[in-house]
Amino acid sequence: MTTTAAPPPALRTPRRKRRTRIDDRGWLFVAPFAIVFTLVFLAPLAYSIYLSLFRDQLIGGNAFVGFANYVTAFNDPQFWDGLGRVAIFLVVQVPIMLLLALAAALAIDSARLHAAGFYRIVIFLPYAVPAVVAVLMWGYIYGDQFGLTRNLNDLLGGQFVQPFLPEWMLISIGNIVTWQFVGYNMLIFYSALKTIPNELYEAASIDGAGAWRTIFSIKIPAVRGAIVIATIFSIIGSFQLFNEPNILKPLAPNTISTYFTPNMYAYNLSFAGQQYNYAATIAIIMGVITAVIAYVVQLRGSRQEAR
Amino acid sequence: MTTATAPRTDTVAVTTPRRAPRLARRSPTQGKKSLVLSIVMGLYLLYTLVPLAWLLINATKTQPDLFTTFGLGPGNSFALFDNIAQTLTYRDGIFLRWLGNTLLYVVVGAGGATLLATLAGYGLAKYNFRGRKAVFAVVLGAIAVPGTALAVPTFLLFSQLGITNTPWAIIIPSLISPFGLYLIWVYATDAIPTELLEAARMDGAGEFRTFFTISIRLLTPGIVTVLLFAVVATWNNYFLPLIMLSDPQWYPLTVGLNQWNAQATGVAAQPIYNLVITGALLSIIPIVAAFLVLQRFWQSGLSAGSVKQ
Amino acid sequence: MTFMRSGSAARRTVFAVAATALSVAALTACSGGSTGGAAAGSADDIEKALEAGGEITYWSWTPSAEAQVKAFEAKYPNVKVNYVNAGTNKDEYAKLQNAIKAGSGAPDVVQIEYYAFPQFALSDSLVDLSSYGFGDLKGDYSSGTWGSVDFDGKIFGLPQDSGPMALFYNKAVFDQYGIAVPTTWDDYYAAAQKLHAADPTKYITADTGDAGFTTSMIWQAGGTPFTTSGDAGTDVKIDLQDDGSKKFADNWNRLIEGGLISDTPSWSDEWFKGLGDGSIASLVIGAWMPGVLESSVPDGAGKWAVAPIPTYDGKAVTAENGGGGQAVTKQSKNPALAAGFLKWLNNDEESLKIFAESGGFPSTTAQLSDSAFVDKASDYFGGQKINEVLTQASGEVREGWSYLPYQVYANSIFNDTVGQAYATKGDLNAGLSAWQDQLVQYGNDQGFSVNK
Repeated sequence: MTTTAAPPPALRTPRRKRRTRIDDRGWLFVAPFAIVFTLVFLAPLAYSIYLSLFRDQLIGGNAFVGFANYVTAFNDPQFWDGLGRVAIFLVVQVPIMLLLALAAALAIDSARLHAAGFYRIVIFLPYAVPAVVAVLMWGYIYGDQFGLTRNLNDLLGGQFVQPFLPEWMLISIGNIVTWQFVGYNMLIFYSALKTIPNELYEAASIDGAGAWRTIFSIKIPAVRGAIVIATIFSIIGSFQLFNEPNILKPLAPNTISTYFTPNMYAYNLSFAGQQYNYAATIAIIMGVITAVIAYVVQLRGSRQEAR
Repeated sequence: MTTATAPRTDTVAVTTPRRAPRLARRSPTQGKKSLVLSIVMGLYLLYTLVPLAWLLINATKTQPDLFTTFGLGPGNSFALFDNIAQTLTYRDGIFLRWLGNTLLYVVVGAGGATLLATLAGYGLAKYNFRGRKAVFAVVLGAIAVPGTALAVPTFLLFSQLGITNTPWAIIIPSLISPFGLYLIWVYATDAIPTELLEAARMDGAGEFRTFFTISIRLLTPGIVTVLLFAVVATWNNYFLPLIMLSDPQWYPLTVGLNQWNAQATGVAAQPIYNLVITGALLSIIPIVAAFLVLQRFWQSGLSAGSVKQ
Repeated sequence: MTFMRSGSAARRTVFAVAATALSVAALTACSGGSTGGAAAGSADDIEKALEAGGEITYWSWTPSAEAQVKAFEAKYPNVKVNYVNAGTNKDEYAKLQNAIKAGSGAPDVVQIEYYAFPQFALSDSLVDLSSYGFGDLKGDYSSGTWGSVDFDGKIFGLPQDSGPMALFYNKAVFDQYGIAVPTTWDDYYAAAQKLHAADPTKYITADTGDAGFTTSMIWQAGGTPFTTSGDAGTDVKIDLQDDGSKKFADNWNRLIEGGLISDTPSWSDEWFKGLGDGSIASLVIGAWMPGVLESSVPDGAGKWAVAPIPTYDGKAVTAENGGGGQAVTKQSKNPALAAGFLKWLNNDEESLKIFAESGGFPSTTAQLSDSAFVDKASDYFGGQKINEVLTQASGEVREGWSYLPYQVYANSIFNDTVGQAYATKGDLNAGLSAWQDQLVQYGNDQGFSVNK
């Protein structure tokens, strides 16, 4: 009786210890990144947190105010306006963009497309266009006096498309962001698709799986990790929406306010109002919100993968 | 029993050689091109290309034509080469200087970013070190903070270090690619089997030796992806250089083009829209070239499957 | 062995973090505030400095800057001037403010528009040039521009150009629809109605809400919404509903509410095109506009003309719109040399000639009364002697105007507040009140005493 009870625990523990052996040599590899990261992100971040606890007035100098800035931010309608807007933007634009990117990646990978390589580079190209030029291009396309929108409206016989009206603004911006980033996300998915081993496809075709079955059972599950990455970074990007509304502002000065997105708000607080402390506060709050959501997505994504 | 199996082996031997080459290719459906798919994708292609077509067409117009002719139609004269010449020689060829700057920032910055991200991602994937989970959480947390508000603290910090208005102020921040880190991490976890590393260790190879001789080759498609994204991101880097640099001698192309654009408005307006558009067109070309060069590495089809034995 | 290596790696990382933390601590200990410049000198010091030579940095975005720097260096070979185009207005001001906050990196001489002078003067970042004898130069400049650099008992810079407002109109369009050149705002309103009724695709002007335009118009109407007093210039009174403000708002309201103003944003692609094809038939804007029209609106050649700005009661009066000058920063290591360069830049005949050739509108009384300048006939304006009208306007600028000590910020939130009135075709007075509320709040938050 004692002989049967004793062995199992002794057998189990050594095996577990071997699998989760601590190997600090990993720090050697991570160190270069970590050092630069500390200088470039952590130090300014620490300084920002420090700044958010003070108030530096144009008259009267610097003073410690504790959490007063945070209280102000929570009661600030302009902040909530911007935050709400990017949240809506996130919920609508990110799924659309990622779906398009996934579809494009699958299409290009499927080898059923004529000149797939050409599609790959052309769809990626918008990401390579600098923002300053994007405004010129889209300014033309959205122009309702001399631009394509004017032509479109003439064709449709009325003022159907008005990209700079408040109701349309998020759609107009969403369009630009989608146009620019589908290629970027498509490449993420495409390179993930490339890692699927041939054996899987062989096995599937032997089993008689058709194209759609292959897609849903092999390809999509295999790129799940990439989808999670892309989602996380798209979420962060959406919460930090800045470039597109900022460059469109001269074309729609009354529709796009200085607090249109929280990132624009922080920018204008810093550079127009010299309110560095409050800007830091807004940024920290946004950072926390974004990080929490991104973390949740990552946890859910990796949990599904472990399954 | 054996006699029954023999003929079957014969038939298999006959059919396999013909099937084998096709199996070695990517997809079992190779060869059946779909017209429907091509049309649908073609529509999307149109969507992608229209703004770019605007860019190309308007780079051929003279400054006056830009404001008088139909946006997607040709100008009154074909001035592309004139525009290019003008762009390259305006203000003593500052465009070329900006181009050179951007190349410097990209080669050192994007190259460095890829190296750092690859090293770190590999470390995260293959080594169970203390604080491992914290590393990525911290990275994600830090980049979740909007960059515009970090700009001024970073500027003040760099000012103390005396590197504002120098190339270092651009290169050092661009060495961090959190996306690259994550990508390599995920990639390395899948593509590099721990058994391989164990085998190398048992052969007496050091960690870095293993990394540079074995692991890098397995990571190549991932590294290429990260490199490409880092190249484009550094090429398009705009906001931080704008804050850090006050001397146009060190501007990257994005900031320089923006300055030209701003010169065309306001009190001292100088009409150089045509230079902005042509400059933008020229600045896309190296990206296209980089893409074409790098995409060969995807074609190599290096995947986890090739390691399995 | 592996543990030792990993240990040292860990230690190295910790050290790096600590070093950065220390630098952050040091940074916070000495951030803010500008380093004090040398003690103020005298007029002789300028001459001595120019002889002795040295090196200075000059930030400007004017097209003539490069040529002016070259001419200066030819005349004073011992001096090297690093000309840097650090960006146009807002971009340059952001960089300047960053440099001031960091305590280093600011240039010796910097271009600043008139509305931004009080802001930089207040942060004590500009050298008082009165000690260098700049007070003697007062008579050389138009009163409108001099008043923008000489206030609070100090001289903060020298004017370079000016922008007295006038009416630029598309004569071809006016003639086509039989519209007479308006001399009063009532006439202007009537003209707007007539034009838009005759051709609904045409508008008398375009305006989506522009802070500079609005403040200049309130200026013309006799308003003084921004007043600063007190020893330190920290007592601020904001009244954007004073008589002048209301007068402008009521006048402009009828144009907005009547849909008589185009909502094409200024300085956009479509705005330039609209000026060219006649759909934007006039502009009430500063005297520097001819250069812009000539270079960016080629379709309008021969069609445009200039007239004095319409008035409320028939009595000629106008305001400045845009324009700026240069100043010497307190971070300058050689303020006497910098002052010498500044004096040459905006007061020396040769420099002024170069500037005038680049298309800027001058601010010196000498140039404004120079017959060659005044009598020049402009081809673009159908042979009209436009400078007659514009120099006349220069002398009719209303006195007594001042900007806020945080005008750059004020202008940045203009569209958030007043702009909404434009967007909803509502009442400008309500928009101005909203702007006022935000400005009062900001000022008090920043330690000023606003409307108290």
